[in-house]
Amino acid sequence: MPGTETKHKVREVNVRMLRGGSGPPLLFLHGANGLPVWLPVFDLLSKQFEVFVPEHPSFGLSDNPPWMRNIGDLAMYYLDFLDAFGPHEVHVVGQSLGGWAAAEAAVRNCSRIKTLSLLGPAGIRIKGMPSGDNFIWGPEEGIRNLYHNQAIPDQLLAVPPTDDQADILLTNRYATAKFGWDPRWYNPSLERWLHRITVPTLVMWGKQDKLFPSAYAARWGERIPDSRVEIVPECGHVTAVEKPEITAKEIIRLYAGTR
Amino acid sequence: MQFTFFHLMPYRPLDMTERAKHNSAWVTLPNGLYDPKKGADEYDSYINQLVYAEKLGFDVIAVNEHHQTAYGIMPAPNLIAANLIARTTTAKIAIIGRALPLVNNPVNIAEEFAMLDNLSRGRIITGFVRGIGNEYHSTGINPHWSHERYQEAHDLIVQAWTKPGPTSFDGEHFNVRYVNIWPRPYQSPHPQIWIPSMGSSETVKWAAAPERKYPFLVTFSSRELVGRYLNVYRDQAKQYGYEASPDQLGWASPVYVADTDERARKEAKEGIETLFNDFLAVPFQMLLPPGYMSLASMKNTMRMRKALGAQKRLTMEELAETGVVVVGSPKTVRDQLAKLRDETRAGKLITMLQFGTLSDELTKRNMEMFASEVMPHLKS
Repeated sequence: MPGTETKHKVREVNVRMLRGGSGPPLLFLHGANGLPVWLPVFDLLSKQFEVFVPEHPSFGLSDNPPWMRNIGDLAMYYLDFLDAFGPHEVHVVGQSLGGWAAAEAAVRNCSRIKTLSLLGPAGIRIKGMPSGDNFIWGPEEGIRNLYHNQAIPDQLLAVPPTDDQADILLTNRYATAKFGWDPRWYNPSLERWLHRITVPTLVMWGKQDKLFPSAYAARWGERIPDSRVEIVPECGHVTAVEKPEITAKEIIRLYAGTR
Repeated sequence: MQFTFFHLMPYRPLDMTERAKHNSAWVTLPNGLYDPKKGADEYDSYINQLVYAEKLGFDVIAVNEHHQTAYGIMPAPNLIAANLIARTTTAKIAIIGRALPLVNNPVNIAEEFAMLDNLSRGRIITGFVRGIGNEYHSTGINPHWSHERYQEAHDLIVQAWTKPGPTSFDGEHFNVRYVNIWPRPYQSPHPQIWIPSMGSSETVKWAAAPERKYPFLVTFSSRELVGRYLNVYRDQAKQYGYEASPDQLGWASPVYVADTDERARKEAKEGIETLFNDFLAVPFQMLLPPGYMSLASMKNTMRMRKALGAQKRLTMEELAETGVVVVGSPKTVRDQLAKLRDETRAGKLITMLQFGTLSDELTKRNMEMFASEVMPHLKS
């Protein structure tokens, strides 16, 4: 069942939000490409959870408050967002940039978070193992490099975006540069504090991820105490899109372990 | 009119077959293609041309800054300017410009310009630019803050030049507790600041403000766009309540003069076409990284690009047709430049008389012919 698009307001900041399903709340934080359509993975998750997919401030049609200047601001925004929920109630899932924001929020305060699922998150740097340079990739290359199964980009590239969609993509790219250009896709301090994530955590990574090497998964696993690492074979950067069944299954399994 | 002889210092010995295997002459073009012996010869030739321009009567000789590219081998233009100070006596020396957002301490720029101004006893003209989009890739500076960093760096440099120190500066990007440069600039209140630009409306509005009145130079644009942008500046000045003087308006263009139109076109063709296609052209994602332009301007640019379709190799004929370059007999060149001058009432012409792979020999002939057959007619 498709989710519905709503507006959500936290402390004067209005964002778009997809919402669907019923059950305990699950907050999905999207990656650099912005608010997705209602994906198959959301359908699968919405059988167990009430799924909230906000469009980050600065992205797409959401507000872009002038004070939103770095990933720490985005993380604090989501801590405000989570204040609406009870203690250890929300299952937080973050993809790529969204995973980074989720981790930044969790090291600050886990009190509203029940479980954390990080899907190919940005946020840390391993010297000598650079991320791919998605800012210098061409438009087609930038889509192709995110997926292992090239049938997905074939499909995405077959239909050129409308002018409105192109404007949203451009807005997303501006927001992405703001958060991720320099330092490129990481916060030098984050790794040191990952032990402060005290909730059950899943680290998932596509084995063929060309943006962030899957070798990063082990480092996240080492630093977060109660964590489990899942490497997904034949999968690129966007596990939630490329392998929705495995992604949903592992998130639900993480949830099941807490009951 | 005031005449400037401007140099980009392209690396002419570039192996164009190798170049064609890469997507541009920028950022990732392997620097193994640079041969230091040939490069040293290039510096010799180019500095000699700049020095010769003074002898030929140009008012200003000018250099600029580009990073990690065969397009221009001048990542530190002040070094060339220092050399020119020692080898010239009367010409103004313009560094147009330094890319302000690309540095982490703009006080260094204030200091270096102040040094050059002292060394030359006030012959320095400065230019403030943001760098080409490519340079945000090659320096790692976040293009999202390009405009903010530019404004702050400008304010900081002007403060360092004009406010009796020590002062301090509190910005979002630059914070300096002690702004107190030694030496101070030789010229008072400070060297001129020129603004080379592709014509963004935000820049025009800012440059034309009464407290600045910075000379505005339209670069690499068709005669139609030069006219349009300079008009925007003039209109903006009117809105501010004053009339823009010719000194505030200028444009930059590659120019080639020979005794006949036919000969000029033949001799200039390779240089012009290598400049625009092999040295300058880059993929869109390099040229316009996110934030380099305002989001609104960028949305329009994207729609225009979509309408234009795939980019082809530019020909000299097309570029001459639209007036991006001026190529021809002395009469042709005089007429075209005079027409644009009269239409725009611009008082500054920035000539590029060496461009792309144009040889030393042809450059020298072009400079001499321009100085004897064109410049005197336009000066008055």
